[in-house]
Amino acid sequence: MATSDIQIAEHALQHHFADMEQQRETSTFGMWMFLLTEIMFFGGLFCAYLVYRATYYQAFVEGSGKMNIWLGATNTAVLICSSLTMALAIHAIHLGKPKLMNLLLFLTILFGLGFLGIKGIEYHEHWTNHEFPGANFHFETGDPQHPATDPKHTEIYFSLYWAMTGLHALHMIIGVGLVTWIIIMGARGAFSPTYYNPVENVGLYWHFVDLVWIYLFPLLYLISKKHGGG
Amino acid sequence: MQEHTTTQLHTVPVSLYVAIWATLMVCTGLTVLAASFDLGLFNIVLALLIATFKGTLVVLFFMHLRYSSKLTMVTVVAAVFFLLILFSLSMTDYLTRGWSVYGL
Repeated sequence: MATSDIQIAEHALQHHFADMEQQRETSTFGMWMFLLTEIMFFGGLFCAYLVYRATYYQAFVEGSGKMNIWLGATNTAVLICSSLTMALAIHAIHLGKPKLMNLLLFLTILFGLGFLGIKGIEYHEHWTNHEFPGANFHFETGDPQHPATDPKHTEIYFSLYWAMTGLHALHMIIGVGLVTWIIIMGARGAFSPTYYNPVENVGLYWHFVDLVWIYLFPLLYLISKKHGGG
Repeated sequence: MQEHTTTQLHTVPVSLYVAIWATLMVCTGLTVLAASFDLGLFNIVLALLIATFKGTLVVLFFMHLRYSSKLTMVTVVAAVFFLLILFSLSMTDYLTRGWSVYGL
């Protein structure tokens, strides 16, 4: 076991690194640098949201009133579960259990697809309700106390909703693809307790996508007290 | 710094991951619950506080930042720092363009 580990380690160590530790450290740092650019990428959309929410607050309240809070909350829970299985998968390969890792990664994919499925149900609902910005956008102000709310401003809310959740969903799809790749590599025996940098980096990516949703959910779904008929 | 990087994951027991997961689930319920009360301006403050608490748990434990090197920690802090610059400088512009428009 120890001998084969050393062989894998020597095989996995690329020539421009001094040792496995330096290789691992470099890999983690590089991944975080990439995530930094991703944070700024999503940050631009969050900033646009901030500006327009401050400007057309009431229109945003009405737009978020069209969100299905229970589907959104369920999706938040699904993503948190997927993050747990992802963290446990990395734990498993660290303990040298590639089969357990693949099982947990498979569960992660199932949770990820579950999230996308629920998101698809929501998208379908919004689409058939003409809540997609563009020529067919139609929004009737539901609150008679604020008839002055301009549908054009609610359209801005929906533009941001589709852009932010759409970009997030795209990241989810890419994440599912990356985890599938890790499962295939894992089944071929590419990872060992001494070398699993790709698993760790895909894990970082997955948790980051979960992190974005943690902010998207309250900002888009829970702008004002709306559930329970309020 | 070197001792930070070697086999630190051994120190994260499965029970801690499960505890973090349970905390995140409870906080999700709290967010939905908190949004059902009309707290005025405090609604968004509370929602963002809970979200940031959840996010911090994810970054520290699921993403292993607590066990990462100082270089990685600086990278994460830099991300938050520049994100706050983006938000605060943008808002100092937009919030001061027309007082009547923003009702402030």
